[in-house]
Amino acid sequence: MDISAFVLFWAAIFTSNILLTNFLGMCSYLSVSREIESAMGLGLAVTFVLTVTSALNWVVYHYLLVPFGIVYLQYIIFIVVIAAFVQFLELLIERYTPALYYSLGIFLPLITVNCAILGVSLFMIIRNYSFIQSVAFGAGSGIGWLLAILMLAGVRRKLKEKLIPVGLRGAGISLIITGIMALGFIGFSGIVQVQ
Amino acid sequence: MFLRIIQDIALMSGIGILLALVMVIAQRWLSNYGELNININSKKDLTVTGGNSLLSSLSEKQIFIPSACGGRGTCGACKCKVIEGGGPLLPTEKPLLSKAEIEDHIRLACQVKIKSDIKIEIPESIFNIKRFHSEIEEIIDYTYDIKGITFKLLNGETIDFKAGQYIQLETQPYGKVKQSVVRAYSISSKPELKDRIQLIIRLVPEGICTTWVHNYLKVGDKVNFTGPYGDFYIRDTNADIIFVAGGSGQAPIKSMLEHLKEVGTDRKMSFFFGARTTKDLYLTEEMLAFEKHFNDFHYIPVLSHPEPDENWQGRIGFVMPYFKEAIRDPKNTEAYLCGSPGMIAGVTKSLVEEYSLDKDKIYYDSFG
Repeated sequence: MDISAFVLFWAAIFTSNILLTNFLGMCSYLSVSREIESAMGLGLAVTFVLTVTSALNWVVYHYLLVPFGIVYLQYIIFIVVIAAFVQFLELLIERYTPALYYSLGIFLPLITVNCAILGVSLFMIIRNYSFIQSVAFGAGSGIGWLLAILMLAGVRRKLKEKLIPVGLRGAGISLIITGIMALGFIGFSGIVQVQ
Repeated sequence: MFLRIIQDIALMSGIGILLALVMVIAQRWLSNYGELNININSKKDLTVTGGNSLLSSLSEKQIFIPSACGGRGTCGACKCKVIEGGGPLLPTEKPLLSKAEIEDHIRLACQVKIKSDIKIEIPESIFNIKRFHSEIEEIIDYTYDIKGITFKLLNGETIDFKAGQYIQLETQPYGKVKQSVVRAYSISSKPELKDRIQLIIRLVPEGICTTWVHNYLKVGDKVNFTGPYGDFYIRDTNADIIFVAGGSGQAPIKSMLEHLKEVGTDRKMSFFFGARTTKDLYLTEEMLAFEKHFNDFHYIPVLSHPEPDENWQGRIGFVMPYFKEAIRDPKNTEAYLCGSPGMIAGVTKSLVEEYSLDKDKIYYDSFG
């Protein structure tokens, strides 16, 4: 991959947004998008975790899994690294910024099983990114995910006063909106192609 | 091949152990809050290890805040006022607190973690709550699913309580149940008996504590409980009283009546007891004896589903329509209710709306 890290960063936000093109990280995206503040908090946490874990997992993959020939264990190792890092982050946040800890609440541990995070780690391996590229891709994907959840939270705030058919309320209408947003994001795809 | 498998397993475990070690060290370093101070009512100071919940830290120091659910944040009984150092209100507390309580800095002691020095206010009566050691003295079968159990206090301990208050029983592991749970039961004996208490416990299918009490406890067993708790007790006025109870809700009413018999009273009283069939009626002779003893007391059992062959001659249906026999002066009548949350809600609604009793003169103890 000879694409520059800078381009990759922007591409991860717009043309190949992890949520709107790969539909990864849907569970917390749907459940935490009711309020803009909590969406923002979770988005920032996901961005941070994505950036750090893609760097960690790149190092683990290239200096541990490849030399010892246990690449086939990457899924489980990546998940363990992510889980440990999130746990560590949780302790850190609880100690030094209790307010953020309480506002994130249950969602912080949920980041562990956010598919977007494992997805990014796996993509960077499949696409053979360098360390710098991986970090840029991780950070970009995080910001892209933040952007998507913020947009949905904004739309859902407006939807509160609207009359929606009973069967579509909640997840139903959110998925339709996500689909429309994804269509909108296709408009960016001519700019640069990552996959 | 075999070596390869061993090597991979070792590597995998190595990575796991390494990460676990990092976590343990991080936990030691980050979750260590050291010794912290709890200041109670600006009078008493306690030193505790930080990081635990307020409820458990206080109970370690022998201060027992009521808690019916045992710290799971579902019952809302452990409310207490946190003046300083409680941190922000948690989403787990919000549903159990009213707006006025939130403004008054009321928190749930089981959810507040002590992470800094903390200042709290609790009612003085909580200092009266102690942990008691007792031995089962007697077990009576009142009905097919209700037992009366007498606990004799050991080591010369005595308990001071008001008729109508409750205690929290600590179960012991039995059968497949490995953990100990804490459940609240009203005292059914009179407060004048200070060296023993009686509880009336109905078997709840699949209930951890009631199954233990009904199927495993026997005379001579040692059991611990804490108490007394609650603000369900007879107000010292001259108002008329109506008591309403269902099932094992007869317990606190029995205690109140025995207490009134002891101190003497001329108040006009009626006791409505709701049950399904005649098989669910108990303590009838005691109630009839009370009718004879007091000047103006009526025991009125009401059956909701009497069976045809029981030949029940008494009242049938809900208890509410029969209140009109008992209420003479609604503004001078107090109501004491004990039963399921549904029954309490229904009776309170009826008393306020149909019989125009004052809402703040209706006292209740809900099984929640």
